Parts: sequence; C-alpha cells; structure tokens
Amino acid sequence: MFKLEKRPQPSKMWTLLTPPLAVLATMIFGGLLFGLLGNPPVEAIRTIFWDPLFGEFAFYYRPQLLVKGGPLILIAIGLSLGFRAGIWNIGAEGQYIMGAIFGAGAGLAFYPMEAFYIFPIMVIAGAIGGMLWAGIPAFLKVKFGTNEILVSLMLVYVAEQLLASMSLGLLKNPDGFGFPGSRNLQQYASAHNAELITGTGMHWGVVAAFIAVIFSYILLNRHMLGFSIRLTGEAPRAAKFSGVSPARLILFCLGTSGALAGLAGMFEVAGPAGQISIDFNTGYGFTAIIVAFLGRLHPVGILLAGLLMALTYIGGEIAQSNLGLPAAAIQLFQGMLLFFLLAVDLLTNFRIRLASSRRKGVA
Amino acid sequence: MKITKILTTAALALGMATAVIAGSHSEKTKVGFVYVGPVGDGGWTFEHNNGRLAVEAEFGDKVETVFVESVPEGADAERVMTQMALNGADLIFTTSFGYMDPTINVAAKFPNVRFEHATGYKTADNVSVYSARFYEGRAVQGTIAGRMTESNIIGYIGSFPIPEVIRGINSAYIHAKKVNPDVTFKIVWAYTWFDPAKEADAAKVLIEQGADVILQHTDSTAPLAAAAAAGNVIGFGQASDMAEFADGPRVSSIIDNWAPYYIERTRAVMDGTWTSVNTWDGIAQGMVGIGEITDRVPADVKAEATALKDSIASGDYHPFTGPLKKQDGSDWLAAGETADDGTLAGMNFYVEGIEGDIPG
Repeated sequence: MFKLEKRPQPSKMWTLLTPPLAVLATMIFGGLLFGLLGNPPVEAIRTIFWDPLFGEFAFYYRPQLLVKGGPLILIAIGLSLGFRAGIWNIGAEGQYIMGAIFGAGAGLAFYPMEAFYIFPIMVIAGAIGGMLWAGIPAFLKVKFGTNEILVSLMLVYVAEQLLASMSLGLLKNPDGFGFPGSRNLQQYASAHNAELITGTGMHWGVVAAFIAVIFSYILLNRHMLGFSIRLTGEAPRAAKFSGVSPARLILFCLGTSGALAGLAGMFEVAGPAGQISIDFNTGYGFTAIIVAFLGRLHPVGILLAGLLMALTYIGGEIAQSNLGLPAAAIQLFQGMLLFFLLAVDLLTNFRIRLASSRRKGVA
Repeated sequence: MKITKILTTAALALGMATAVIAGSHSEKTKVGFVYVGPVGDGGWTFEHNNGRLAVEAEFGDKVETVFVESVPEGADAERVMTQMALNGADLIFTTSFGYMDPTINVAAKFPNVRFEHATGYKTADNVSVYSARFYEGRAVQGTIAGRMTESNIIGYIGSFPIPEVIRGINSAYIHAKKVNPDVTFKIVWAYTWFDPAKEADAAKVLIEQGADVILQHTDSTAPLAAAAAAGNVIGFGQASDMAEFADGPRVSSIIDNWAPYYIERTRAVMDGTWTSVNTWDGIAQGMVGIGEITDRVPADVKAEATALKDSIASGDYHPFTGPLKKQDGSDWLAAGETADDGTLAGMNFYVEGIEGDIPG
C-alpha cells in the first residue's frame, strides 16, 4: 500500500510545515478528547487558544504569556545549543533551582541595604549558580566519560533537596514565624525584578530571553563556534577531522545552558515567584526540553514554541476554571502536542508513496 | 517614566474594576477554589473539594463554584486567582500555605473580591485566614498509638519540618507517652506533601526499624498500603477518612472537614456580612473530625480515646497542658498552664523525650 522512502535531504518545506500541522492535529484530537469528556470541543479549543489572546480579559493574559514563556524560552535556547551538538542536558530544572538559590542568596545577603548594584550582582550570581551545577556533568563527562543525561538528571533531585534545606534553614525568613520560605524579594526594592513597564509583563527575564534568541541566532549562523556545534551534531566524524575539540564543546554547551537556566531561575525568584520556597520549581526546566524540540532547535522557532506552550498553560487554566476541564486533560493535551510533532516529523525525513506508483516509476 | 507608570497602573486598575462590575451582574454568588493537588488525591485537596461540593449542595442555584487543580505556588497561582477574580468570582478560597503572598498580591488589586487563605498568617481587609487545630486530632491518635504498640516504637512520617507538622508530632508524642511511658518515636522526613512512592519508602523504613504503628502527615494512602503489606502494623487516615483501609491497618483517622466553614463564609458573602477573620477551629466546631475507630482497637482503648476527644471538644482539656518541658530540658509550661495560640502557631521545638533534631 504505502511505502516510506527516506529523503536524501530533510525537506525544507516540511520542516516549516510540520509544527503548525502538529498544532492542528492536536486541536482536532484534543477537541475530540474534550468532547468525549462531555465538554463542547470547539468552545474548549477556543478557550485555550483564542481567549488568552483576543478574549474579554486579553489585556491581562497577553502580558502573562511573556511571564510564563520567558523562562521557557531562555532555558530552551540554552538547551538547543547542546542538543544540536548531541550533548544532552536533561537537568535544566536543577540548574534553574541553583540559579534561583544563588541569585536570591546574593540579594538577601545585602538585606535590608538598598543599592543599585545589588540586582546586577544577583544576575551574575544566578548565572554562576546554574553554570556550576551544569559544570558537574560537563566535568565528569570530559574527565571520566560519564553520561551527561544521567548525571544532569540526577542532580535535579539533589538541587530539590538543597532547595528544601535552604527554605527551611539558611534562607528562611527570620520574620516568617517559623514557616518555610525566604523573604519575599518583591518587597525588597533593590532585589526586585519588577515589570519594566507596568501591565506589559516585561521583566528583565523576558528581556534576557529575547537577547538570548538573538545571540543564539548569530552564534549558530555567523560564528565559527556555532558551525562547530552544528557540524558535531550532524557529522561527528567530519567535526573531529576539522579539529573541533569535543571537550571544549561539552564544556561550552553545558556551561551556557546551565548559565541560561540559572538566569531564568534567578529572574523568576526575584520577580514573579518572589521567594525561595520548598516548591519553588514548577517544571520549567523539563517543559523547556519540549519547547526546544517544538521549536526545531532553531532560535526563532523556540521563541514561538515558548509562547505557544505558555498559551496552552494559560488557556488550559481558563478552560479548567470556566469549563471545568480536569487538569489531567490539559496535561494530556500538552503531551499530544509533542507526540504529534514527533509523529509528523516523519514527513520531514521520509516521503510517503503509494507502493504501486513506485513500481511504475521503476518500470 | 514615573508618571507613565502611574497612568498605566490606573488604566489597568480601571480595566479590572470595570471587568469585575461587568462580571458581578449575575445573580449567582460565584465562589472560586484554588487547589494545590489533584481533586483525586484522596487527602488534602479531596477534602477541600468535598467542601466545595457541600457549598453547591447547600445553596443550589444561588451559587456557582469554579476550581483549578494542581496549581503551582507562586506566579501561576497569582494568575489563576486573577483569572477567577476577572471572571466575576465574589469569594476565592486558596487552599495551600504557599499561596499566601500571591493571595495578598491579588487581593490588593481586587478590593471587592473576598479571599480566604488556608493555613497562612497574612490578612487584609478582604483576606481572611483559616486553619484547623489538627493537633487536637493528633492527641487522640497518640493515645490510641501508645496503647496499641507492642514494640513501643511508633513511626512518624513528617512532610516538612514546619510548625503545623511539629505541633502534630509533639501532640501525638505527649499523649502516647502519657498512656505508655516506654514509647519512643522514630521520625522520617519525606519532604513532600504527596508522593506515594516516597511515602511508601518512608513507611517501609520505619517498619524495618521496628515500628508497629505508623502515623503520617503526608496525604496519600501509600503508607497504609505499606502497613497492610507488612502485616502486623497499624496506621491512621490522614486529611481524609481513608476508610477503604478500615478492614486492614487503618484504625482511625483525622478528617479535615471544611464544609461547614465554606458554607458559613459563602453565606456571609451573600448576606453582605463578610469581614476579614482569623479562624482556627478544632474538634469542637467540627473542622477536625475523628474517623470511626475500628474494632481492631480494644473497647477500653476506644473508650479512652473517645473520652479524650469529648473533653477536647467540650473545652475541658487542652492537648498542650503543663507541666511540659522542651526537648533541651528547659521549662515550657507550668503545671496546669496551657499553651497560647501564638506559641503553637510558630512551634519550632520538640517537647522533652523526642529524640533527634528538627532539620533545617
């Protein structure tokens, strides 16, 4: 009947077409799912995709897209560099936590002093925190050849324990009546990552995400290092012959992705979240992996994918509240998105042919 | 910069205000619930959702309830609350400690919406706080545990070393010790409220160390399942009755019953009598319930536990009554003296006799 034929080159057209196709398929099958759950499918899909952007309260949701999407984009950009070179940092969640701990810790060390240099110090501390945490799997891989997937993932759980310990010990709010959690940085002007223009959702973390998109684009397209990254991913042997140092590349990719994840954590703790608490991390580091792939590991793609993912989160919450959809259905819906993306990916690398027509061609 | 900021804030506030007015045109009172876990967790969130259903049952067509489950603490919670307020909610219950600062932030933007935050301590003109005196239930639990243990080792699965959990450990220990001077507590910190795998591991560790009674301050039924697997071990339902284990290890339970409070507060909004309050109710008001004590517990122990429950409910007895010393041997309460709510709310020490340190 049908036959799959490998394309000599991945199709340019399908590379661009598959993400929207995946979104469309998710809408159709997601709508079916919601329908089976007894909800009006069209209304549910409209609530998720339309209401946050153009609904009655869009003036509130549009800025929230940036707040939710900013950290996803920032982390995913970092991850995409490594993923392109075949270096798999799965532990961005841990680096995100460490960035927040380092950043908040640096800020709170100055409390209650007010000074203009406190926030920049926090930014640097956050980046260092994430970079150091990602540096562990990098160092172990370079030195002992360990698997960075396992090491970086395991370090997420170590970071979570450290986060709990910080919330209950070192960084605990002395005025918090013994409850866990640090002081709220939103109430500490020098450390607060506030909205730059009220009502826009733009905070420094979102700005950093946009800068990261631009830099990563330049790096990958105009810079020798970017070329090495792409070459290593696409043709490792060729990369070796052309003198790319694998060790240097591992350190760079893991270090950069760690630093960006750390920055995301730092901007989040100083801004929207406000404080170090036991449950501070909410899975941005893992969701960013989906965002990176949804965005085809391309900077602009990641930017769009991050916003799309944010849209499904925010729209999903509205659907829960207004239509009574269960949270699990929303998570399933988000899972579908990745599933369909991977499925239609087939079209990029393969051609579907009718077996009979092919025979004709041969004859 | 400054002026544009003020202007945009004003514009936003105006937008939100008109949105609220537009939303509140409907006759129905709209009540929102923000949950930290899934409604099917069988414990904490399950009981809050039962409270929501009770509000619907009580007021029928006059209310509309909405909820969002598994909402992470922090910025996401703030967005969910704002979303509910924008859509015309009159009253919003935020049911996790970590929602404290987000609740205060959102409440400041919506002065006409009432907020109720569970287990926190920050109030405002339109923010109440409420919690339950779970330690009263722990006293009953400790009594049963102290009588029932044969190994004299009682295992305790702590979630996080915060005042609420430490209060429960102290209360259970004091009352177990009272009926069984040889009793010792082994405490494992799971650092989670809800993680069946971790909770099961914690229970297994405690059972291996000789505990034949498991008390838990985590929300899943996994410790009871582990107790059932081990055989001769008993446990208690936590937050919810967990009656499905009543034929097995579960001998009683502490039930969070939020329904009366939720109904009362909703009615207050309807009547226009709502004011900001700080509620901390216990067995007497029905916020803390003691699940049925099964026949696995001998009749005399059952009678003793029931009597204790009744004396707490009537106000004759306070679970923290002196003489009591702190773990380090220093005096805390003189004979006959009872603990004040301030000390209890911020409790960060063990009473004398408990081994080990509070982590953190």
